[in-house]
Amino acid sequence: MAEPLVIDVKGMHYTPLNRMIREAVASGVKEIVLNNVLGQRFIGNGVRGDSKIIINGVPGGDLGMFMSGPECEVFGNAEHAPGNTMDRGSLVIHGNAGDAVAHSMRGGKVFVEGNIGYRGGIHMKEYEDKRPILAVGGTTHAFLGEYMAGGLILVLGIGHEPAVEDRGIGSGIHGGEIVIRGEVSDELLGVGAKKVDFTEDDLKRLTPVIEEFCGRFDIDPTPFLNTNYSRIVPASARPFAGKYTWE
Amino acid sequence: MSLGSVPLKYKISIDRDQCMKCMRCVDNCSYGVYRIEDDRIIIDSRKCTACHRCISMCPRDAIMLKERPVDYRSHPLWTVEAREDVINQARTGKIILAGMGNAVDYPIIFDRLVLDACQVTNPSIDPLREPMELRTYIGKKPSKLEFTKNNGDIELTTKLTPNLKLDTPIMVGHMSYGAISLPAQLSIAKAVAKTGTFMGTGEGGMHEAIYPYQDHSIVQIASGRFGVDIDYLERGAAIEIKVGQGAKPGIGGHLPGEKVCADVSCTRMIPLGSDAISPAPHHDIYSIEDLAQLVRSLKEATDWEKPVFVKIAAVHNVAAIAAGIARSDADAVVIDGFKGGTGAAPKVFRDNVGIPIEAAIAAVDQKLNDQGIRNEVSIIASGGIRNSGDLAKSIALGADAIYIGTAALIALGCRVCGNCYRGLCPWGIATQKPELVERIDPEVGAQNVANLIHGWTLELSELMGAAGLNSIESLRGNRERLRGYMLDQGLLDVLKVESVGA
Repeated sequence: MAEPLVIDVKGMHYTPLNRMIREAVASGVKEIVLNNVLGQRFIGNGVRGDSKIIINGVPGGDLGMFMSGPECEVFGNAEHAPGNTMDRGSLVIHGNAGDAVAHSMRGGKVFVEGNIGYRGGIHMKEYEDKRPILAVGGTTHAFLGEYMAGGLILVLGIGHEPAVEDRGIGSGIHGGEIVIRGEVSDELLGVGAKKVDFTEDDLKRLTPVIEEFCGRFDIDPTPFLNTNYSRIVPASARPFAGKYTWE
Repeated sequence: MSLGSVPLKYKISIDRDQCMKCMRCVDNCSYGVYRIEDDRIIIDSRKCTACHRCISMCPRDAIMLKERPVDYRSHPLWTVEAREDVINQARTGKIILAGMGNAVDYPIIFDRLVLDACQVTNPSIDPLREPMELRTYIGKKPSKLEFTKNNGDIELTTKLTPNLKLDTPIMVGHMSYGAISLPAQLSIAKAVAKTGTFMGTGEGGMHEAIYPYQDHSIVQIASGRFGVDIDYLERGAAIEIKVGQGAKPGIGGHLPGEKVCADVSCTRMIPLGSDAISPAPHHDIYSIEDLAQLVRSLKEATDWEKPVFVKIAAVHNVAAIAAGIARSDADAVVIDGFKGGTGAAPKVFRDNVGIPIEAAIAAVDQKLNDQGIRNEVSIIASGGIRNSGDLAKSIALGADAIYIGTAALIALGCRVCGNCYRGLCPWGIATQKPELVERIDPEVGAQNVANLIHGWTLELSELMGAAGLNSIESLRGNRERLRGYMLDQGLLDVLKVESVGA
């Protein structure tokens, strides 16, 4: 296997950095290691391929935006909107992430070991075999899954009881599902969201996701395969159909 | 107690002596106005939207349509429309949905601006024999050019940013596949390719039928990011971020699930039959700095090779907003006035929110000039531009180019009946019903739209020639070529235009 490309990005602007990444991926480099990352935005933006990008430090906003294929593993926190409009590939964040994580994500996976901010998974959508997954180890803030149109949001709430305490869960949701460990109070649900029973079949369906998440962060999955979850889905695929009358 | 029904809006009648019962009216009306009973054509005028499809298809001119044959007691405040809206909402308790542009009788500023023409002291230019430069470049322009001499060769050292090259300053604005049919969008795509200009894809992704015309397409991203992936961004000649729309400032877009057929769902990359909701805010934009981040992320994804536009609705504070956009790395600001069209908007927004495009263009151009950053961003004006006179006045007020929307649809057959949101457009434009969609032949539609653009371009050349100008750049922001007629001083000050006679 070819040697990884190691880049010290200290003080580097994001544009030359991304050009280096694109060129490396295009030339067949399978592993790129970025050291001393500190706030560089748009890392992996629009990059295609199957390379792995290891980020040591704290990337700036919109990590992996429009990305289609690669995997970014972050050893540190991430700023806002990692996975924004991501098409394929995965982001693995060994830390916390900011607001609007996985904004409009339409494929691939975003795994955050810690907590995320507001509006996680907003506008996530799915089409045919593209079904994005946002999995959060810790907790999330308000408006989780707002206007969600597809995909899966999984919140394990490690170290948090209850897993999510902020309101507006699934506001305007019209596709996909939000699965949160433990009980979710009804008053936390947003407009258009409803709770349904979490069944054995659901657990069976989600077991590979839970195991993959735990595997990524070296966490024992057993407690999460032997517990209750709340499942939140759209009340309707047409949430605003009854709001209008003709002129 | 029931409120009963309001009177019908239109009365259809057939001249039975002329009618030969060919049944084209029955076949063509998608609203179900006509039916056959005992070999007789029966009319249900209540269902009529005045789309004129039946009239235009009748081979004997036997169909007549009159507006509102039943009078209410006249009243200057409680107009017929005001009363009927109250009745409608008392019955349903819902938001009234409306289509097309603002339907309130506001004064039209364009009609109170007059253009200049040369007479004796300076010559006009004859476009029949003199070259007229209508080519327009959309994007940032350097404030100065720097060169280096290299062994006698002169090289440009100023780094130029990518611009769109337009052969005419008329583009077709963003109408998505979903809102309009594929043949309608394809007609427009073919037309802009023929005339050397550009069209907007709207926020619905790009259908593969448009791929051959992608070099003439501006791809749009809205808050819902429908159809957006890296391939989509790379296909566009430019990228437009839709923040606002003139017909409905401050609110988002919403394609109802019944219009999301298999092909639309594939293009938008959403499940069949689900609503496509683009709410007003982009939830990754809460400031000009956030907007700058989105602009830069789009440029970064496309290796800084494509201009990025930002579209906003014309609102009270539009000039300051545009100045912020100019500083966000955007290459053009699109200002959509309150006469702009739409497939669907709450009527109260369509008719009451926003400001006229004429005032918005002038205010933005002036603000950018005052701040010394006019070269940082191009201005594209849209919203109720009806003819080449409006076009010329828009440019004289400060626009680089315009978007047309409704005018292009009229070139495809639209009669502005305002029922686009029902998905039953009998002209095959604002519908996804296969039997209606097939009524547009993209080749014929393209020729009609191209003819319109060509005709306006010729007229613009003549108007410029008459004013003694042979370059579009000499008309841009040239308020000296305009005079206000019966406009108040406050508006003249905003427009920076003098009164007639001055």
